[in-house]
Amino acid sequence: MSELMVQVRTVTKVYERGRQKIEVLHGLTLDIPRGDFVALMGPSGSGKTTLLNLIGGLDQPTSGEIIVGGTRIDQLPSGKLAHWRAHNVGFVFQFYNLMPVLTAESNVELPLLLTKLSAAQRRKNVAVALEIVGLADRAKHKPKELSGGQEQRVAIARALVSDPHLLVCDEPTGDLDRKTADEILGLVQVLNRDHGKTIVMVTHDPKAAEFARRTLHLEKGQLLEQAA
Amino acid sequence: MTRSGFVVANLFRKRTRTILTLLSVIMAFLLFGLLQSVNTIFNAGADFVGATRLFVQARVSFTSPLPVSMVPKLEAIPGVARVAYQQWFGGVWQENTPLIMFATDPQRYHDVYPEWVMPDAEWQAFARTRTGMIAGKQLADQYGWKIGQKIPISSNIYPQKNGSKAWVFDLVGIFDGKDEDWKKRTNLAFLQQDYFDEANQFGVKGRTNFFILKLTDPAKAQAVTKTVDGMFENSPDETKTQTEKDFNISFVKQIGDIGLIVRWILFAVFFTLLLVVGNTMAQSVRERIPELAVLKTLGFSDGSVLGFVLAEAFALVLLGGLIGLTLASIAGAMVEKGTGGQFQLALDGSVWLLGVVAIVLMSLAVGLLPALRARRLRIVDALAGR
Repeated sequence: MSELMVQVRTVTKVYERGRQKIEVLHGLTLDIPRGDFVALMGPSGSGKTTLLNLIGGLDQPTSGEIIVGGTRIDQLPSGKLAHWRAHNVGFVFQFYNLMPVLTAESNVELPLLLTKLSAAQRRKNVAVALEIVGLADRAKHKPKELSGGQEQRVAIARALVSDPHLLVCDEPTGDLDRKTADEILGLVQVLNRDHGKTIVMVTHDPKAAEFARRTLHLEKGQLLEQAA
Repeated sequence: MTRSGFVVANLFRKRTRTILTLLSVIMAFLLFGLLQSVNTIFNAGADFVGATRLFVQARVSFTSPLPVSMVPKLEAIPGVARVAYQQWFGGVWQENTPLIMFATDPQRYHDVYPEWVMPDAEWQAFARTRTGMIAGKQLADQYGWKIGQKIPISSNIYPQKNGSKAWVFDLVGIFDGKDEDWKKRTNLAFLQQDYFDEANQFGVKGRTNFFILKLTDPAKAQAVTKTVDGMFENSPDETKTQTEKDFNISFVKQIGDIGLIVRWILFAVFFTLLLVVGNTMAQSVRERIPELAVLKTLGFSDGSVLGFVLAEAFALVLLGGLIGLTLASIAGAMVEKGTGGQFQLALDGSVWLLGVVAIVLMSLAVGLLPALRARRLRIVDALAGR
């Protein structure tokens, strides 16, 4: 686990809301080794989601460097950043964010439309991803026909179908009951342990954080400690 | 799943709304097809006629007939090869089907209009049969007329001397057009001027609505026009002379400037459509901003997301437009068939081409703003609901 997957170097992030400037991250530096499973915790407004968005290439820092998987992503133009996201990172959201008009398998197939895979190969990859999350029998169901836990499993399948090295999860169990949350977190743990995915997860839930290899605490845009 | 499958799935996410919008697009393009067809008929109906003929009518109105005695004077004008004339009969078939029917001098008409193709024997029969009548092929086919039949036709203007408006003619010939353009216009019929003069109750004798001057050279049209109108200036029968093409256009435009009316109606229809479909598209994008942000999160570029929204607008307008134009084609063909070819509303290629252009422009007009909005979305703001 010595090779670094994520390198965050003295990153600041300033949001402008009208005339007001809000500095959310203050020169934050962080290394995440390949194969790590990191939980980011902290109070609301501490900058957890901002940091996650920067690592996932959804946003760009005001200053500093972010290198993920050997690519410096903080200066990539919008188009290249989109291309990088498609091939290097999977996302899991609190509210699943599935396309309601598509079936589970079509939702999972969506990221593969950005690849050059044939339709048959795409279908095969989708079947494998749904198998991994235990939802092969729900492939033809639309999101509204699934439970919250099943929807999140579909979202996880969508995140891993293009086989990214990095998964970023924003409160993946925030909308689930304890039992279902533990099942989802167990699945995420399997992805880390058995499939070698590097995982960065934002959570408010200390029990969820227990599934991670280590927990990082943020407060007022700065990293407080690193707990093994 | 394919990208186009994704577009179609999104298009029908609110089925009722999409179907209602689709119906408005269909209706707009149905109107577009039919009205544009009308416009084409009224504006381009005379494109195929040559410039070798001039039409002479009374300056006041063609409803004021001119004396046939003008023929020798007209024929004496340098540049005029032959003169024919025709008198509106106001024919009605059966209950209430109006016919385009004129009284004419058979031999003169044949000389001036070589575009009508009919065996010489039938032209001769027309010339020597006082109650003779010839009909265009379209008209004869429409009503199943055969040569040798007696055709009962009433006139909504001229009764016979016995007071009856029911006339009976002997069908002695059926003419066709020399090419496709002329074939399309074989929806008219002619009777003998001499018989009409003799048999009508109003005593309209030796007068006619139009003279048709066949020129020796099209280049002489302007000079002949000037000579004719100058010759009868300040007489009781002042004339107005124009080319056959101009005559045809001015004839139909007596109803009004059809082109302008059609353009205004279509403007109103498409402006309303723009608001309806534009609003649907804008609402559809507003409702799924988080989904569009997810697409970008997954790696779809700003351009791809713009493309998805534009493709939805295009698919909606294309589907509605094609259905609308197809319905217009069917309706136009039915009208054409039902009126015996008098209203040739069947959509031609030019109307379809214009329709396709309208589909593309309308798609851009309704889809571009929502698509640009989708393109500009910042992922983090959209996901946070800002």
